[in-house]
Amino acid sequence: MAQLELFLQTLISGFLLGGLYALIALGMALIMGVMRVINLAHGDFMMIAMYIAYWLFTFFGIDPYVAVFIAGPALFFFGLAIQKYLLTPVMKVDSILPHNQVILTVGLAMVFSNLATVFFTGDYRSTPVSYASSAWYLTDFWKNSPVELSLSMPWTISFVIAVMITIALWIFLTKTDTGKSIRATAQDLDAALLMGVNVDWVRMVTFGIGLVLVAVAGCLFLPIYYLYPALGKQFTNIGFVIAVIGGMGSTDGAVIGGLILGIFESMTATYIGMGWAPAGRFSIFVAALVFLPGGVASILRKRRLGK
Amino acid sequence: MLEIKNIDVFYGDVQVIWDISFEVKQGEIVALIGANGAGKSTTLKTISGILRPRRGEILFNDIPLHRLEPYKLIETGIVHVPEARRLFVEMTIEENLDMGSLKGEAKKEREITKQLVFELFPRLLERRRQLAGTLSGGEQQMLAIGRGLMGKPKLQMFDEPSLGLSPILVKDIFNVIKRIKEEGTTVLIVEQNVKLTLAIADRAYVMENGRIVLQGTGESLLNNEHVKTAYLGV
Ligand SMILES: Nc1ncnc2c1ncn2[C@@H]1O[C@H](COP(=O)(O)OP(=O)(O)OP(=O)(O)O)[C@@H](O)[C@H]1O
Ligand SMILES: [Mg+2]
Repeated sequence: MAQLELFLQTLISGFLLGGLYALIALGMALIMGVMRVINLAHGDFMMIAMYIAYWLFTFFGIDPYVAVFIAGPALFFFGLAIQKYLLTPVMKVDSILPHNQVILTVGLAMVFSNLATVFFTGDYRSTPVSYASSAWYLTDFWKNSPVELSLSMPWTISFVIAVMITIALWIFLTKTDTGKSIRATAQDLDAALLMGVNVDWVRMVTFGIGLVLVAVAGCLFLPIYYLYPALGKQFTNIGFVIAVIGGMGSTDGAVIGGLILGIFESMTATYIGMGWAPAGRFSIFVAALVFLPGGVASILRKRRLGK
Repeated sequence: MLEIKNIDVFYGDVQVIWDISFEVKQGEIVALIGANGAGKSTTLKTISGILRPRRGEILFNDIPLHRLEPYKLIETGIVHVPEARRLFVEMTIEENLDMGSLKGEAKKEREITKQLVFELFPRLLERRRQLAGTLSGGEQQMLAIGRGLMGKPKLQMFDEPSLGLSPILVKDIFNVIKRIKEEGTTVLIVEQNVKLTLAIADRAYVMENGRIVLQGTGESLLNNEHVKTAYLGV
């Protein structure tokens, strides 16, 4: 019974973690789909959002969950500016290297994490929210439950918000003209242009939205995680691994891939050891590349289009 | 209505269009015909701004298209139904139609125009929630034409609408194009199916190696010796 309990508990934490991972990966997938660019500064944008939320909490006592509504818009406008003044001009430069923009994002990542170290020092920080260690227990709801499971309150709230944001994004992408234009641009840029889509504008908005998603993820991670300037790299890696599992640029794939990675990491941590998460991540990354090139999205596409 | 004046078009350093001029008048069906690689699609892409002419100008009701941002083309009243359909395959039929009517008047009348398109192509109505990528070739062509109609164009440009369709469907598509003209839309069509095209075209231009070599009414070209031997196989 203890074994089963441990397994279920691990599954639950993996699922909760996966929901947050999915949010990070969704932003990356949107940007990848429309711009054909891997945003290697993705995690560093998240780090910026986390510092915003951290200082809001420290100075004004603003809860990280409320900071979502400040850090999200802030990163949106930051994204528009970066796309307009850095990424777009770089795209127009011919060079021997085909992926100027990707290299630019690597540069941004270095600048951001170094600036954060200069301004905020390398200290590990966390927000001591009052509900940090609160939890719900299964036996509180079901007296005679054969197993005892718990749901951490901050983890659960973070997960629920992540799910709500994901649903909001889905509605935006499928029900609004702007959302449809984003999907259309990702599928066929020239055809979208012929339909009257201002592709440069769509690129800007998409980059902005991608950053909103990762900013929200950052705020949601803050109550349950440590914050330090170099944290971005790890989350960029996570986003990238999920992109490979899910399929480059696929939003559905990002959600499924995020859940897969979350559960996988949680299992590795429980059954192999805490320190093994990066190694586990790497092995699932390689496995996905070898056994499922194209990712989960390729399976979905096959089922939907019958080819 | 549409005037193309002395345009040269290049892909990189390779010139594929040489000093082409022609015009399309309001209410006409004008055809561009020619062998594979003659430069027909390139000409349409230049009109719609995906490519830029290195020399010459393109005027649509006096708007200089060669200086217009390509995404603004549809607002001038031109819709380009591109070669190989270029549908959004991972979007539903209805979403594809929505994409055809993003701007102004067309957006306001989206639902009304959609009903007209469904009347014209009842198969699309049955399959409206299906992904465009799951449609048959003929249905995809219907959707491409329908998506174009959604933009309420003054001038609709078709690039090989009959490509890959069975003879019966080809007839249907040509009938639809005739109907589009009768309802007041001007048509510029590029086709390999020379016989049927010349039969519905008011006027046509024959392109060879990036140049216009012949022009005339549809009927006169049908009886032209060069056209007969080179394109009609008579
Ligand atoms: N993207 C491109 N880059 C370089 N050359 C191109 C490109 N697209 C077309 N060409 C060349 O330009 C010429 C004209 O091509 P275009 O597509 O306009 O021909 P077309 O008349 O439409 O032929 P088809 O009937 O086969 O569609 C061809 O020689 C083709 O190889
Ligand atoms: Mg062509």
